[in-house]
Amino acid sequence: MQESMKQKALALLADGTVDRVLGWKKGDFVYDVTPAVFESTEEVERDFTFSVFCGSNLSKYLVKESRKEGKILVFFKPCDAYSFAQLLKEHRVIREKVYAVGIECYGKADIDKLRDKTGATVIHSVGEANGTLTVRCFGGKEHTVPLYDVLLEKCESCKSKKHPVYDELLGDEGEVVDDCNRFDSVAKLEAMTPDERYEFWRGELSRCIRCNACRNVCPACTCEKCIFDNDASGVAQKAAADSFEENMFHIIRAFHVVGRCTDCGECSRVCPQQIPLHLLNRKFIKDINELYGEYQAGADPDTRPPLVNYNTGDVEPSIVYERGGKENG
Amino acid sequence: MQRIGVFVCHCGTNIAATVDVKAVAEALKFEPGVVVSTEYQYMCSEAGQSLIKDAIRDHRLTGVVICSCSPRMHEATFRKTAAAAGLNPYMVEIANIREQVSWIHKDVAEATEKAIILGRAAIAKVHLNAPLTAGESPVTKRALVIGGGIAGIQTALDIADAGFEVDIVEKEPTIGGKMTQLDKTFPTLDCAACILTPKMVDCAQHEKVRIFSYSEVEDVKGFVGNFSVTIKKKARYVDELKCTGCGLCTEKCPQKKVPNAFNLGLDNRRAIYIPFAQAVPKVATIDADYCTMLKSGKCGVCSKVCTAGAIDYQQKDTFVEEKYGAIVVATGFNPIKLDAYEEYGYSQSKDVITSLELERLMNAAGPNGGTLLRPSDKTHPHTIVFVQCVGSRCDDGKGKSYCSKICCMYTAKHAMLIREKYPDTEVYVFYIDVRTPGKNFDEFYRRAVEEYGVHYVKGMVGKVLPEPDGTLTVRASDLIEGKQLRLSADLVVLAAAIEPDKTARPLATKLTASMDTNDFFTEAHPKLRPVESPTAGIFLSGACQGPKDIPETVSQASAAAAKVIGLLAKDKLTCNPCVAHSDEMLCNGCSSCEKVCPYGAITYSDKEFRGPNRTTLIRRVASVNEAVCQGCGACTVACPSGAMDLKGFSNSQIMAEVDAICK
Repeated sequence: MQESMKQKALALLADGTVDRVLGWKKGDFVYDVTPAVFESTEEVERDFTFSVFCGSNLSKYLVKESRKEGKILVFFKPCDAYSFAQLLKEHRVIREKVYAVGIECYGKADIDKLRDKTGATVIHSVGEANGTLTVRCFGGKEHTVPLYDVLLEKCESCKSKKHPVYDELLGDEGEVVDDCNRFDSVAKLEAMTPDERYEFWRGELSRCIRCNACRNVCPACTCEKCIFDNDASGVAQKAAADSFEENMFHIIRAFHVVGRCTDCGECSRVCPQQIPLHLLNRKFIKDINELYGEYQAGADPDTRPPLVNYNTGDVEPSIVYERGGKENG
Repeated sequence: MQRIGVFVCHCGTNIAATVDVKAVAEALKFEPGVVVSTEYQYMCSEAGQSLIKDAIRDHRLTGVVICSCSPRMHEATFRKTAAAAGLNPYMVEIANIREQVSWIHKDVAEATEKAIILGRAAIAKVHLNAPLTAGESPVTKRALVIGGGIAGIQTALDIADAGFEVDIVEKEPTIGGKMTQLDKTFPTLDCAACILTPKMVDCAQHEKVRIFSYSEVEDVKGFVGNFSVTIKKKARYVDELKCTGCGLCTEKCPQKKVPNAFNLGLDNRRAIYIPFAQAVPKVATIDADYCTMLKSGKCGVCSKVCTAGAIDYQQKDTFVEEKYGAIVVATGFNPIKLDAYEEYGYSQSKDVITSLELERLMNAAGPNGGTLLRPSDKTHPHTIVFVQCVGSRCDDGKGKSYCSKICCMYTAKHAMLIREKYPDTEVYVFYIDVRTPGKNFDEFYRRAVEEYGVHYVKGMVGKVLPEPDGTLTVRASDLIEGKQLRLSADLVVLAAAIEPDKTARPLATKLTASMDTNDFFTEAHPKLRPVESPTAGIFLSGACQGPKDIPETVSQASAAAAKVIGLLAKDKLTCNPCVAHSDEMLCNGCSSCEKVCPYGAITYSDKEFRGPNRTTLIRRVASVNEAVCQGCGACTVACPSGAMDLKGFSNSQIMAEVDAICK
């Protein structure tokens, strides 16, 4: 796949279809690939990479990149393409400035899980063949592990292998995953008593160091000025009265992206404190599905998100009582 | 810093009996910015308003807080007061200490504390208020009447007579509504058709009235003075302009087994039909559920016999969009379904009927040509039992809690007519109470009892049992005699409760007009604004607002018309200056606000902005058309970045109120 992507990038740069390429760049180690913009064929030849560690979502970079001169080539995994489609719907990305190439995906690896499963420490290289990863260490040791066992959380609960939008596809066109298990984790939370749930979240959120990584990576968080940075909003730079108020950041953020979050899972992936932030968003998605009918943000360019749409069949706010809202106080 | 005056109203004893108004005025004196705080018996009175005006001048007030009744009641009054004293009217805030405090609390200490808190919240808001200036919007001088019963007809005719164009939208193939199905009308006993059909014809012939029959309101956009309504004209498979109403098709159609809805299913009609001879418009309609041509493509008889070539099997629903300045709701009523009242045997015996069915049975144009015969065996009934309050005044959850109001009178009418025409018939009426207020109403009822010998029995019927010999055994109690009764009847007539038409609820949603728990439309004020909905530009006519008889319906219909005429006579309406505006520096251009705006007030454009390092950025930003915005605030909630804000109700003002309450 890496080779065909590279050839595609080189060809499109060479024939002038695009002026820049958004992809992934090699790092010092095999697993620390980073998103990067390549401006010449030389840069692509030298640094372009694609591997099982390219989990990051490139769509958000297009908010700025598509406003620059010239056209940009971007490579999308299916989940990234959902984010891209959602950004298009919100007019945040200029479609004409983007050449989107969809790439097939069978899941990306979580380096921490890989280390845990194999016991590998100083990793030299990782090879992928037929769903098995072969890890070679600097000392010459070799480990093998099925990719399935070391998937990123977002890949474990992959919702779709289909690209909702693209100019060209590399590899096979996938399908929406029918037996996606992503709401199982939410159901577990819902089964808790309100007190247990409160304790769970206090425990998780207490680790937050407000590094803002989740917000900065989130493709739904593209506001010109985030309310948390807006002095006039009354919440920016505000000293927290207690630790719970600090936790509210994540709840406010989840509300802000509700109906627009495609469940790309980047928030949890980048969290340095391993807070399962995706669960907040997924709870909202599950609620929307149950209250307004199935809706997947970014699945298509035309439908209106349920929360900015209205029809006479919409549930009344009193639905919360039927769903146990009273008990939750 | 604002200079704020606080004025606490006693509202006689309405507030003062539950809230220590002096303590409220005293407590609010020490809030930041408050320079004067006082109380008075009636703030809305001439003297009360003078007190406010004087304080504005003497203390050079920049903001005013009135602790009084709901702003729905007197906000406009106090804004005018402020304006008269030279203060911008939008520097006035109301703390509602009547509906939200004194009327719902009993404990004085608690109520007083809450009143002080609400006063504080209002003061916190005034600090952030800014003077606002109202603009103007034009008025479309045309009205829409939804529902073509007697209410809609009367309203439409009155508006049209005043010189304004009116459209009537009627879901049935003809206008006329329930009144077309009635035989005689109380208390004068004139025939319903004789007084209604001339009005229907007036509608059809009036140059200012247009009738959209067999049509429904699909969508409503806009606001008072500027509504835009999409009307769905349902396919009737007959070209209205070509059909002459000769009725030949309705005689030749081979599909004879269609329950005749106009006669409540008591007889049959054809698949192509004109509901009744005096229908307006007199145009045939094909019932798609029964027409063999539409269902299987085989037949086409009506098309062959129609000399006008009016039949069009390919006709589709069509949509027209029209502009109106005012909308009148006249959606009327229906008798309730009697499924929950099995004890009366309605589903078990054809000879247990509703009062409306009796109207058809007694009507000269009805299934029996006006001779009262039992539906089961077409024999003359000798004992007839009327059961009152079937589903009315019910607390058991099966029926309606309200009194349907018309049943006592129409039952007296039925009993009287039957005794008049068939003196050999015994008539019993079982009632909880007989309620006959109204001009000449009680006299009418007494005539039924005294002159016509109708047996009125106070007590309810417990069970109606169909017997094998075709009679009905009625078990009931006589509360005055204190005994149980067992009667053998030939016909039982149930006075079914009436309820708003089922189309009313979805319509209310489209109009954003409020309803009560029974789905009757709510009036803006039960006493002072009884024919207006709280939603500006929406008016109420007839039984959609509550149970009404014909005289009352017609009065209300004319009252609604008067209100509409008053609105349409104006050239311009003063706009609400509390409208949305967008901070372009924060706007993402995401279109969320545009999508939720019910008035189409938001547009987007690409604008140049200064970027970093002397660059120019092109950004898509929202702008609000202030003449169209109604200040509903939906956009401010939808905006993810907080760029949208509402003048007079800004996010910061509301947060200040919340902070003041939580302090």
